[in-house]
Amino acid sequence: MLNYLRNLDRRIVFLLMGLAVALPILFKLSFPEPVPEGSQPYHVFDQIDNLPDGSRVLISFDFDPGSQGELLPMAMGFTRHCAQKHHKMYFMCLWPLGEPFVEDAMNIVIGQEYPDLIYGEDFMSFGYKPGAEAVIKNCIVDMKTLFITDSRKTDLNKIPMTANIKSAKAMDLIINISAGDPGTKQWVQYAATPAGIPLVAGCTGVQAPLLYPYIPNPLKGLLPAIKGAAGYEQVLIAAYPEMGAADIVDSKYSSKAALQRMGPQFVAHLLMVSFILLGNFIYFYDKKGGA
Amino acid sequence: MIAKRTIPLLMASAVGFLLILTYFIPQTEQWGADAMEMFIILAAAAMVLGAGNLVMMNLAKVSRRSEGWGYAAITLIAFVVVLVIGLLKIGAHGTAVSPANAWPSNPVQEGSPFWWIYQYGLVPLTATMFAMLAFYIASAAFRAFRAKNVEASLLLGTAFIVLLGQVYAGYWLTDFLPADPGDTAWSQFLNGLRLENLTQMIMDVPQKAGNRAITIGIALGIVSTSLKVLLGVDRSYLGSAD
Amino acid sequence: MRHIAYAMLACVLAFEAMAYAAIAPPSNVQTADTPNDVGNQVDVTWSLSPDDNGKGAVKGYVIYRVTIDSAEGLESTASATSLAGSEPIGDVAYGKTDFTDENTTAGTMYTYGVAAVNTSGTSDIAVAALNVTPRMEYINRGKLWFGIIMLTISGVVIWYVRYAKRGGDVKVRKIAGLEAVTEAVGRATEMGREVLFVPGILDINDIQTVAGMTVLASVAKTAAEYDAKLEVPTARSLVMTTARETVEAAYLAAGRPDAYDENNIYYLTDEQFGYTAGIQGKMVRDKPAACFYMGAFYAESLILAETGNSIGAIQIAGTAMPSQLPFFVAACDYTLIGEEFFAASAYLSGDAQQLGSLKGQDVGKVIAAALLVLGCFFATLAMATGSSSMIATQDYIKNNILGNEGFVPAAAAETGIEGDNE
Repeated sequence: MLNYLRNLDRRIVFLLMGLAVALPILFKLSFPEPVPEGSQPYHVFDQIDNLPDGSRVLISFDFDPGSQGELLPMAMGFTRHCAQKHHKMYFMCLWPLGEPFVEDAMNIVIGQEYPDLIYGEDFMSFGYKPGAEAVIKNCIVDMKTLFITDSRKTDLNKIPMTANIKSAKAMDLIINISAGDPGTKQWVQYAATPAGIPLVAGCTGVQAPLLYPYIPNPLKGLLPAIKGAAGYEQVLIAAYPEMGAADIVDSKYSSKAALQRMGPQFVAHLLMVSFILLGNFIYFYDKKGGA
Repeated sequence: MIAKRTIPLLMASAVGFLLILTYFIPQTEQWGADAMEMFIILAAAAMVLGAGNLVMMNLAKVSRRSEGWGYAAITLIAFVVVLVIGLLKIGAHGTAVSPANAWPSNPVQEGSPFWWIYQYGLVPLTATMFAMLAFYIASAAFRAFRAKNVEASLLLGTAFIVLLGQVYAGYWLTDFLPADPGDTAWSQFLNGLRLENLTQMIMDVPQKAGNRAITIGIALGIVSTSLKVLLGVDRSYLGSAD
Repeated sequence: MRHIAYAMLACVLAFEAMAYAAIAPPSNVQTADTPNDVGNQVDVTWSLSPDDNGKGAVKGYVIYRVTIDSAEGLESTASATSLAGSEPIGDVAYGKTDFTDENTTAGTMYTYGVAAVNTSGTSDIAVAALNVTPRMEYINRGKLWFGIIMLTISGVVIWYVRYAKRGGDVKVRKIAGLEAVTEAVGRATEMGREVLFVPGILDINDIQTVAGMTVLASVAKTAAEYDAKLEVPTARSLVMTTARETVEAAYLAAGRPDAYDENNIYYLTDEQFGYTAGIQGKMVRDKPAACFYMGAFYAESLILAETGNSIGAIQIAGTAMPSQLPFFVAACDYTLIGEEFFAASAYLSGDAQQLGSLKGQDVGKVIAAALLVLGCFFATLAMATGSSSMIATQDYIKNNILGNEGFVPAAAAETGIEGDNE
């Protein structure tokens, strides 16, 4: 038995991991997500909630389909929160494959849950712009010259929300959802620090350690990975119960998408802890056995 | 010889030092961003080179019928189909500004064939590749996380705490410890031992410190390497074996 | 009857007047030229309208501006009426007390006014007491300390490069990953399998890719000497071109130009996971005996390293992406961590000048550590004693040396203004 475990085929490991992720989703296994007071989800929530209604918020979707599992729930959560507070939402995107998510935020989340909001007056999208850091640097100088039109090819001077603003310095908050580079680090370096614009972000788990040094200044709050997103969803639903009630049919846009994904995370983490314990047991057994 | 070595060196140095200077002069602050845009145009033009290379390599495989040529054929077909549909915006409809023409429409306009390829081809494929990480981290954990020495044991212990602290299991395992820090040092200490609080402490203190140190070191390495490139001491990017 | 009708009319008019006259204007409107710019920005600040309760009684504030002839002097002479006749230049939400006008022209004098707005109308305009003329700054004074630190570190690097060139002794500790390059290529030759070199997924403008090219030159030279096949799949066209030149030069330096085949360095795709899938497939099919991962990597680092592990290859990785280092350390045989990767070019070439630059880097670290220790020392003293000089020193380190407030401490700047007025 021990010999079998010692030479365990990695495909068995893969199979167990596959089951650990699939079964909780199939059986809709979910667990409570306690959110300690003063933790990051609260900081992020407060930054958006304490803004006066109608404030200008620049929301940048800097991720692609590969990381949508971790980042889409928080992106939609940010959209819902801003829509709830009637903030003026300015969407943009620095990753070419991220633009459809911006369209989904506008058409599915805002379109279905907040139908009274009007494109051009309450929300708009600058669309995708190639250039990475150059785009961010130009955003704090002159957005009209940078983008010229919105994602629907309308002149920015003709859109009520953008007619009177010149640069991102007119924004009251920047929200960034980031999977890598360009992402939150570049927004910190080239927008939040030089222009003094408050910034909150959501990021993948692997990026979070890199961004912790920037909290609380200039990064006011950070949602790391799906756990941060689940905490934020919990805080949102506690503050606005009607958000939890309105569930969109396609579950990846649901207001509880992150909470649902914590079930597989729970089982998968326990499985990894078991693998580590097993591996060490075999190691110490061999060492003790005079090998 | 001069054209191949000296002129590029001089250009790199001159432009590099000039762009450093522009950082301090408000009037010229935009030059760096403009230079970056020029690079992007250059890289986009160079993409033709790469695409050409890709097509040639796969065509060679198909024509030679070398091992796995079927996959090369699929690559070529996919390349041509996506390029043609994307460039010509086949099946897309006009916009509010220009109803008759599909040309100015958003490349990933919902409902268009290009959008369909993105939504039902690229998105699942990319998500699958990213999801593979979960399997690989499990096999890496089984193989590599052994308490061979003190450092490895520290790594192991930290992995345990953070893995459990990030899920409900950590909360449940240490629920017997006080949930409220309270006023006394002892109750605050016990509260800090709760797995979710311990995880946060690890993220806030040792992890942050280590990351800052590595980031400072990397930043200095970048300064030094960039300076070597600008001064012409390091010429590897020119293809030199010096 | 007529009296009752008149009384009713008077009541109605009074109610309407109350609705329209209610909102109180903001006060204390101040303007200032935004520092360290080209004269295209002015900061406007004000105190909230007394009716602004933070809950929407005031919907927001509207800012007005008129251009003034500079001969008119500093005291504002524009009236609220003339401002009201101009188009508003911007608006902000309730609760906000500042606005930046980004459309000014350097050298032109302006007067600003601010009014509060709610659903029933606009308040009177509060006019700023003084006019403002935005000016162009030639040097961004906020970045002077940054410039000093940068010149110091660069100066030290250059000094040590020249010191090493003059024959000065520069010692570098052993870097295991770089010592293992020869071993890895030798192993591949013995097993009759190829060497795979992955230069990361970023473009040639990233310094990690440039550092990767340096290591590629060394690996290519060793592969040429050992007659091992070297393959370099790239994710960017410019990287492919640079890598081809680097490898060709390396083969030439090794005296084996005939062995060079440019088809071994090829482009796969820009898309991150498409590139990863391509390399993974190659590794599983061709089973290279040695895999090098040198450059910038993201999520694909673990996928590549674990696949390399499964085929039994010797793996050497080097990257300056802190988030990917743990994955490489866990799965690869040798990992060059951050600075070690940048030191590779100096280490492998053995060039004295390059080794000298490593020493300069170390001095930079000493400067960073000294600032760290000093800052912590003063911050601790400031917190423990509450002394104003300690607090001022701590603030100077934080806001001036490490921030963007320039040379002059904030308190001294304020005192300076008061002194001028007296």
